[in-house]
Amino acid sequence: MALLEIRDLHVGVENRGIIRGVHLNVNAGELHAIMGPNGSGKSTLSHVIAGKPGYEITGGQVLFRGENLLRMEPNERAAKGVFLAFQYPVDIPGVTTTNFLRAALNAQRKARGQQEFSTPEFLKRVREVAGSLNIPQDMLKRGVNVGFSGGEKKRNEILQMALFEPSLCLLDEIDSGLDIDALRTVASGINALRSPERAMIVITHYRRLLDHIVPDIVHVMSRGRIRKSGGKELALELEACGYAQFEDAA
Amino acid sequence: MVAVQETIERVRRIDVDQYRYGFETLIESDKAPKGLSEDTVRFISAKKSEPAWMLQWRLEAYRRWLTMTEPTWARVDYPKIDFQDLYYYAAPKPKKTVTSLDEIDPEILKTYEKLGIPLREVAMLEGVEPKVGEEDPARRKIAVDAVFDSVSVATTFKAELKKAGVIFMPISEAIREHPELVQKHLGSVVPTSDNFYATLNSAVFSDGSFVYVPPGVRCPMELSTYFRINERNTGQFERTLIIADKGSYVSYLEGCTAPQRDENQLHAAVVELVALDDAEIKYSTVQNWYPGNSEGKGGIYNFVTKRGDCRGAHSKISWTQVETGSAITWKYPSCILRGDNSRGEFYSIAISNGFQQVDSGTKMIHLGKNTSSRIISKGIAAGRSQNTYRGLVTAHRKATGTRNFTACDSLLIGDKCGAHTVPYIEAKNSSATFEHEATTSKISENVLFYCIQRGLSQEEAVGLVVNGFVKQVLQKLPMEFAVEAQKLISISLDGSVG
Repeated sequence: MALLEIRDLHVGVENRGIIRGVHLNVNAGELHAIMGPNGSGKSTLSHVIAGKPGYEITGGQVLFRGENLLRMEPNERAAKGVFLAFQYPVDIPGVTTTNFLRAALNAQRKARGQQEFSTPEFLKRVREVAGSLNIPQDMLKRGVNVGFSGGEKKRNEILQMALFEPSLCLLDEIDSGLDIDALRTVASGINALRSPERAMIVITHYRRLLDHIVPDIVHVMSRGRIRKSGGKELALELEACGYAQFEDAA
Repeated sequence: MVAVQETIERVRRIDVDQYRYGFETLIESDKAPKGLSEDTVRFISAKKSEPAWMLQWRLEAYRRWLTMTEPTWARVDYPKIDFQDLYYYAAPKPKKTVTSLDEIDPEILKTYEKLGIPLREVAMLEGVEPKVGEEDPARRKIAVDAVFDSVSVATTFKAELKKAGVIFMPISEAIREHPELVQKHLGSVVPTSDNFYATLNSAVFSDGSFVYVPPGVRCPMELSTYFRINERNTGQFERTLIIADKGSYVSYLEGCTAPQRDENQLHAAVVELVALDDAEIKYSTVQNWYPGNSEGKGGIYNFVTKRGDCRGAHSKISWTQVETGSAITWKYPSCILRGDNSRGEFYSIAISNGFQQVDSGTKMIHLGKNTSSRIISKGIAAGRSQNTYRGLVTAHRKATGTRNFTACDSLLIGDKCGAHTVPYIEAKNSSATFEHEATTSKISENVLFYCIQRGLSQEEAVGLVVNGFVKQVLQKLPMEFAVEAQKLISISLDGSVG
């Protein structure tokens, strides 16, 4: 059984079709890249998998380990191991990153019937994880994303991904707003988290990211459908010819 | 907008069913006849065995009150109060004269136990005394004065405070035992003619707390008064007077709850603070009177006058309030900055939900030179409530070099509530520096989704965001209250968190 199985998914917003029949199978250990122009529906796909409100599911199924994901609340999905790294992480003034991470991690553990971490246990863990990603301790004490640079916000997303140990990671344009050095740091964080038990879906406009994170499978999405799938060489092809060739395919 | 819609729904359902203090204590009580007249005033004064000057003071206030009309400028709406349909005095019937805690009606002790208020000193004394320099805040001692309806039922740690020279007792006792102090200061900050409710209070106040801290003394523990309205149709009119003599320091906490009732109950308190040269008073309130039910029925009408006088040079008064209860709140803890270089502070969290109406804020009146003040107000409106910040900052002609900083932030949850900010700023000399900042925001869909995607439930997410929003003010509360207040905020907003 695939970890994630999407069957003929149709999604709309205000009666306008955004996703119009997507099929996708993702197995544990795989890294998929979804590429496509603005408005192709690729970010929407990640939002729908994570359960963001405001979308109308007009047809199809999303199964996660065979369970119907679309019937679960977003926090249940998180507890099951679905993680979305946001394109635009929000800031939460007055709530320290440490407190936020502890509340979230313990909420997930509680939902899974695991014992919640005590404060010392948690602090030990979060420091270890932050250390392994070269994230300064100081960042943990600041308000969640408050006054963070673009690079720091994205590193905070990777920190959370490392801490929560999800089995499905959705990375929504994690490269946007990053300079080349920050991109490298974030990419190495992602690469360190690749494992045979974990699947990742990387959503991006640009091939640049895929130089650092090498995908197993590349999908090209346009106007609400996956138009072509292939190996990593497909990304190079796209770079040479652009997205236009896929507009009317399939 | 699904998530926000759900939050709104959830918040709408929350109301009084979440109010944990809505129980009633069944005890016999001694009441004044219904209604208000000179006889009522005389009755109360006689019950308290007051000296003649006190009765005269009350009667003058009563006569003044007859000439006054209720203020209507606040953004609150309520049916006219029939002042003749209220009881102005209710006291638990004593079995005999109370000399120790063991003789207090066990029903009353139980009430305070249920409320989590320690009236037994032993319980508080357990455990190891913290060493100097590594004080454990959870073990810090708090002296409590408990006011049940119109009378004070117990004051703890009196003896230990006496050793330090601190007087902490019911004001009814202070009138008899320390008449010189009371006569000198009572009404010196809030005069009997001040406003409709303060004048009413002056005529009929029944009890409250009195604190005097002698020169140079740092009060050895937190002082606390716990107010409980129990009787039906009874107004509570407590009066608190705190005097910090030269170079002294005191921190005072106030808490309040009331049973859940369908009718509205009136609470009109007066608090006066006097800080002499170099003295500091820190006054914290967690106000959790019954807010009324989901249809807006019942709840406390809270019309309170609180004012501090920084009478001496370099004195400081700091108000911190967490307002979550009451159907109507009308309350402006203020500072008169009379002494040169004195400082006033106001830190407020006001949460309204259901049909609650809050009109609260502060006045910083700069009279002395180089006086400074700081106002941090955090208003949170949910349900169908209305939440108004009303503030006045003024600098007198001679108050040169004054400074004020004001920040008013409002947070809206849902689309049926309102937040309003009404700041008045008057500078009568050109050397004053006044800064005012205000923001209004809604909890955004994106912030909620971000938190929920990380595993938090809807309620936990709202609680987290709100607690972050008010953190700056929560930090100003004494440790014991901060934890309590944080829980209270979550309960006020949704019941299932905390």
